[in-house]
Amino acid sequence: MTTKKFLYVNRKAPYGTIYALESLEVVLIGAAFEQDVSLAFLDDGVFQLTRGQNTEGIGVKNFSPTFRALGDYDVTKFFVEKESLEERGLSEDDLQQIMYEDEDDDWAEKPSIRIISRAEMADVMADQDVVLSF
Amino acid sequence: MATLHTVNKSPFATQTLLSCLGHAQDGDAILMIEDGVYGGLAGTSLSEAVAARAGAVRIHVLAEDLAARGLNAGRLIEGVAPVGYDGFVDLVAETDRTQSWL
Repeated sequence: MTTKKFLYVNRKAPYGTIYALESLEVVLIGAAFEQDVSLAFLDDGVFQLTRGQNTEGIGVKNFSPTFRALGDYDVTKFFVEKESLEERGLSEDDLQQIMYEDEDDDWAEKPSIRIISRAEMADVMADQDVVLSF
Repeated sequence: MATLHTVNKSPFATQTLLSCLGHAQDGDAILMIEDGVYGGLAGTSLSEAVAARAGAVRIHVLAEDLAARGLNAGRLIEGVAPVGYDGFVDLVAETDRTQSWL
C-alpha cells in the first residue's frame, strides 16, 4: 500500500461545537491505516491544546488528554500556528506538553508540538496529498 | 430597564461579540458563555474593544465554561468578572429581559 500524506486541519475551539472531538475521532480511526499523518492547529483550533482543561462544571467529556496518546499511534506531528496563538493572548507555555518516542533515535522522547509561522503553515498545507478540515 | 446579553460564540470566529458590544447600553450586563468566554481574555486582538465598554456595561464570563477550556480568572481583562451558574441565574433575575446573541 502506498503511503499518502494526510493533514487534519483544526480551526474550531473545543466544547462549543462538536468539530474538535469529531476531528480527534477521525484521526484515531485513520491512525489504523498507517499513513503519514499531520495535525494542524490554527485560528480557534489552537484553543484545543490548552493545558489544565477541567470540564466537570459543564458535564461533558474532557478529551484533551487524548492528544497525548496519539504518539502511540505514530501521530507525532502537531503543527501549531504562532500568529493564531498571539492573536488570542496565548503562548506555547499555555499548551499542554505532548511527547512521543522516536523509534529512529533510540526511542528518545521528543515534543510533538511544533510552533510554526502562518507562512510555514501554508507550506505544510501545500505539501499534502489529502486535507481533511474540521 | 436593563438587559442581560448572552454571547456564546468565539469572538475570533464571528462578529457576534462586537455586534453585542455595539448594541449594549450603559447599565446593561453581558455574560459570555460557551465559546463566548474567549472574549473575556486579556492580551488578545479584541481585548481593547471589550475593555472600552467594561464599567458602563457589566461584563461577566461563566466560570465553568472558562475552566473547561483550561483558562482561569487570572487571564481575564480587568473589569471582567467570572460568575458561576448561580450568578447566571441572579443576572437573569436582576434584569428586565435576556437577549441571546447567537
